[in-house]
Amino acid sequence: MRAFSYEKPADPAAAAARAAEVEGAKFLAGGTNLLDLMKLEIETPLHVIDVNGLGLDEITETEEGGLRIGTLVTNTALSADARIRRDYPLLTRAIAAGATGQLRNKATTGGNLLQRTRCPYFYDTNQPCNKRVPGSGCAALSEGAFSRQLGVIGTSDACIATHPSDMAVAMRALDAVVETVTPTGMTREIPLEEFHLLPGDTPEQETALMPGELITHVRLPAPVGGVQEYHKVRDRASYAFALVSVALIRQADGSGRVALGGVAPKPWRSDAADAELPNGASAVMSVLLDGARPTEENAFKITLAERTLAAMLKES
Amino acid sequence: MEFTKPVESNLFDNAKVVGKPMQRIDGPLKVTGTAPYAYERNDAAPDALYGYPLGAGIGHGRITRMDAEAARNAPGVRAVVTTLEIDPLEKGMNNVARLFGGDEVQHYHQAVAVVVADTFEQARAASALIEVEYEEGAPADLDLDAAFERVQGTGEPDTLVGDVDAAFRDAAQVVDQMYHTPGESHTMMEPHSSTVDWSGGEDMTVWTSNQMINWNHQSIATTFGIDQERIRVESPYVGGGFGSKLWLRADAVLAALGSRAAGVPVKLALPRPMVMNNTTHRSATVQRIRLAAGTDGKLTGIWHEAAAYCLPGGRGENATAQTPVFYAGETRRVKNHVVDMPLPETADMRAPGEASGLMALEIAMDEMAEKLGMDPVQFRIVNDTQVNPSDPDIPFSDRHFVECLERGAEAFNWSQRNTSPGGQRDGDWLIGHGVAGAYRGALVMPSGARAILDGGKLIIETDMTDIGTGSYTILAQTAAETMGMDVADVEMRMANSAYPVSSGSGGQFGAPSSTSGVYAACMALREKIAGNLGLDEAEFNGGRVTGGDTDMALSEINEEVSAEDAIQWGDFQKGYAMGTFGAHFVEVGVHAYTGETRVRRMLAVCDAGRIINPITARSQVIGGMVMGVGAALSEDMALDTGRGFFANHDMANYEVAVHADIPEQEVIFLDTLDAVATPLKAKGVGELGLCGVAAAIANGVYNATGVRVRDYPLTMDKFIDRLPAV
Amino acid sequence: MSPPIDFSLRRRTLLAGTAAAAAFSAVNRGGAAAQSSAAPAGPETSTVTLTVNGEPRELTVDNRTTLLDALREHLKLTGTKKGCDHGQCGACTCTVNGERINSCLSLAVMHDGDEVETIEGIGQPENLDPMQAAFVEHDGFQCGYCTPGQIQSARKVIEEIRAGIPSHVTGDLTAEIAITDAEIRERMSGNICRCGAYANILAAITQVAEESV
Repeated sequence: MRAFSYEKPADPAAAAARAAEVEGAKFLAGGTNLLDLMKLEIETPLHVIDVNGLGLDEITETEEGGLRIGTLVTNTALSADARIRRDYPLLTRAIAAGATGQLRNKATTGGNLLQRTRCPYFYDTNQPCNKRVPGSGCAALSEGAFSRQLGVIGTSDACIATHPSDMAVAMRALDAVVETVTPTGMTREIPLEEFHLLPGDTPEQETALMPGELITHVRLPAPVGGVQEYHKVRDRASYAFALVSVALIRQADGSGRVALGGVAPKPWRSDAADAELPNGASAVMSVLLDGARPTEENAFKITLAERTLAAMLKES
Repeated sequence: MEFTKPVESNLFDNAKVVGKPMQRIDGPLKVTGTAPYAYERNDAAPDALYGYPLGAGIGHGRITRMDAEAARNAPGVRAVVTTLEIDPLEKGMNNVARLFGGDEVQHYHQAVAVVVADTFEQARAASALIEVEYEEGAPADLDLDAAFERVQGTGEPDTLVGDVDAAFRDAAQVVDQMYHTPGESHTMMEPHSSTVDWSGGEDMTVWTSNQMINWNHQSIATTFGIDQERIRVESPYVGGGFGSKLWLRADAVLAALGSRAAGVPVKLALPRPMVMNNTTHRSATVQRIRLAAGTDGKLTGIWHEAAAYCLPGGRGENATAQTPVFYAGETRRVKNHVVDMPLPETADMRAPGEASGLMALEIAMDEMAEKLGMDPVQFRIVNDTQVNPSDPDIPFSDRHFVECLERGAEAFNWSQRNTSPGGQRDGDWLIGHGVAGAYRGALVMPSGARAILDGGKLIIETDMTDIGTGSYTILAQTAAETMGMDVADVEMRMANSAYPVSSGSGGQFGAPSSTSGVYAACMALREKIAGNLGLDEAEFNGGRVTGGDTDMALSEINEEVSAEDAIQWGDFQKGYAMGTFGAHFVEVGVHAYTGETRVRRMLAVCDAGRIINPITARSQVIGGMVMGVGAALSEDMALDTGRGFFANHDMANYEVAVHADIPEQEVIFLDTLDAVATPLKAKGVGELGLCGVAAAIANGVYNATGVRVRDYPLTMDKFIDRLPAV
Repeated sequence: MSPPIDFSLRRRTLLAGTAAAAAFSAVNRGGAAAQSSAAPAGPETSTVTLTVNGEPRELTVDNRTTLLDALREHLKLTGTKKGCDHGQCGACTCTVNGERINSCLSLAVMHDGDEVETIEGIGQPENLDPMQAAFVEHDGFQCGYCTPGQIQSARKVIEEIRAGIPSHVTGDLTAEIAITDAEIRERMSGNICRCGAYANILAAITQVAEESV
């Protein structure tokens, strides 16, 4: 870990301004991913702006009947909130499926969205990685590489990493919106659908945030009801990232929404695939995973995704 | 004390302490965080500075240039030693790759530099400033399957009994299948750590985390070319080993070099992401097993050929270890091949050999039982043997494998299981039951101790380690029993090279050997006390010594009495096959849609002679069962064959079992005694608990789904497309 | 027998010219982010005040120092263990302001004014806390290295269930959560025990939970 200077501002706009002004600045919230990466010198901030003094740790009700979640609300607090449990159970299920009690006590809402891939080559600084060092190559795509956990769709020739979050998959299904403040003090809203970027030729660019821009809230629209489930598939029963996860909201008339985790560089969902839900898991996945480019090692994720949804739909 | 013949009767026949459940005497220290591990020796080396290693960034090749100037000039740095600055260090016992020195890179993350700084943060940051240029070695063929194809059938068999070809030609049923086990990483919770004071360049003290004090002691002397007398090694608390800490490793070497260079004591722990590739692991295996049987269910031929990899000159996993002796059968052919590959070093991991071998053999047994239409428990019973089937003049010293199977089947309600694969369902879960036999050799090693009676207190000194196995407690029990004293009056001093050499902890020989060594020392002490009192015969009971007219409390003996002895094993044991036996029963659930597999119930029945402490022995067995769940379902060192390293080198990506993976576990110890094994009639049990577990799970998955998976771990990617339609 | 180590630099002559001839050469640092010539904009150390096991402690730490290393290396409270240093094992679990966290993934400087409880504050060998005693009674450990973290988590798991914080295995999200084996196992899964004492740890926690109703 490189040496860095540290400050803990008290105002979100001031924090954003400082982030844009100080060379090599980085926001620090829960720290559960950033510090991990700093120890390995994958992240090397010169200046750390600790946002834990900004407030932003409340969940309030919006005029449209939804909820506005402060970026510093911890995963534990969010999953346990009575309104979330009652009206957005998918979100509670997804959060509880991720990480551990200890990590969820520190991990924050905004930080969870910003966590970086767990691709083992991204994590090993001896290996080429276009996300870590643009232009260095992708070890995961080289002959003999270990790619079982990596992405099957939305990937590129430069990067096949996945986004590791469970929470974000649920939020994508719930049509969440990210609220930010920019270094000039402006606020803006970014639908979660547009928040994470596909890698293309620039896998180092992961989100729509501008330099210094700070997430302040994540907003959930009014509850959509239905049966909400999150099925996370992994090798061991807990404390593991998803091989595949499926977030499902299913209405009484058979319509609904489906989002996938563990398969793509962002939570994976499409309106066209949602529209196929009444036609069953196979119909959904043939649309949702159309154009998938798996490796030999992770092609099973396509079958697995379909069978997982079939289980949730109780298809036989 | 020489152990020259089977025990007839001795004081353990009427044991009051040995064999009784007793809580760990080191428990209160461990649950309060006050037991000091190797990196925490503020009591002994409070001023130790911080060492941090740098590992090689290529699979194999040469270092052409290193530039450590920036690191040397970094804040707080006291010293940097790079591998180019010193000649290759002599290798210690069973080290295959050198631990430091020279320009050759033999495997990924081999240590190439150490930084010493005032703080941990400074040392870590400075290590990242060292530039290393490499010339990569020629690409290597790391395909073990291809290697097996090349070597299959070559070389002299390790065991060849009878006309195997005829047996297979004439068999009523034949199984012939390929099996794969992956590389496994010990993943003990405490990474390899050492604090070393070699600041003066003369005497060296090594506070380390090691299972074998004496081997380590010798290896340090060899590595640095200094007299063993000038080195002291201590490992009073070891945060897990499982074989990973049998040998000297880079943590101690780098801390020593750093201490010498900086002139201060240095502590160093291998960073977790470096542990998998820097240290040793259990090599993957490819195994072909052929079984031949008659209609009566008796095996007529066993053919086991396996391959594992290792660095040139090293040892791979010998997956055929159990095959010559475990089951009856008139003919057999057994051959293990070790294939050179430039990969991180392979060496012993818990139950080396049998752990991997039984993962395959016990599936093959299940397959044969099915072909024969026999219950897999009954099939194993039919093929029990009381003699070494490869050398029928050699009887087993004590073998109750059949009883393990029978007791287990009864306790597990085996007869009630569903016998048609895929036929039992609980909601979305397919339910299956599996059984496997367990075998692990019962090794013993010479082991010494010193017993000191001092004012009514008994002090035992031995270099034996406790790596979580319960040595502190069982040795205190053995000493108390032998001396007729209370355990509370025994003080254990262990894991220090200043004390008599013991067996150390490994190969499940630690408990039987070291308890025998303590028994020997205590018997010598008894003799000395009796002699001092002028008694020809004396009894030691209730804290008193009696004989003739003498009846006095041991606490009344004013002067310190000390005796040292060691157990030596007589040749008579070579006239016997010595082993430990068991049976594992599991219930598994396989998700009918996703193939997720979870274990729902586990039972182990163990035959390992006298169980010295049922509490700690049970913990050893359930711990082995947990490791078996990992081996069956998730543990897999992911080899990048292009880059020649294991890519999932941390605890997030190498998945050992967690709490949620482990169901109700039951352990039954058969009440057996092995008079050939040791004076306590005891054998080890810590590795037996792992042997066969994974195969029982694999057999349960087959029973649940009708899909046979012969490639570990049994992750859904290997069978999801074969699952029955839902 | 190798010669004694000589620390006067023994640079070997093989260096000259070989780099150019190499078929491929990699620079160890090449994969990490490039070293910036820029220096941090402010001080690289901070002074923080923590209340540790009830006692106020003022520390001047490198900003990089984790809470774990502050405890272990500055305060010499080595009961909190470093198993992986990356949030992958749980050995470093301690409580901050009443919640359990991985102290390896938190900077000391982030905890100014916080209340920290470590295993040393829970009980001592002669004065064990009920959970510590239950771990001894049920043999909820072997090597002991993950044990302080397990005990820290165990105590909080009971509280978390009683506080109604849902887990991955919780059934009805709007009902009261029962203390079941499945709930305990799932919530303890952030504490890995390679010795495999899980079943015994479950027994210890269950006993304490039942006794503290």
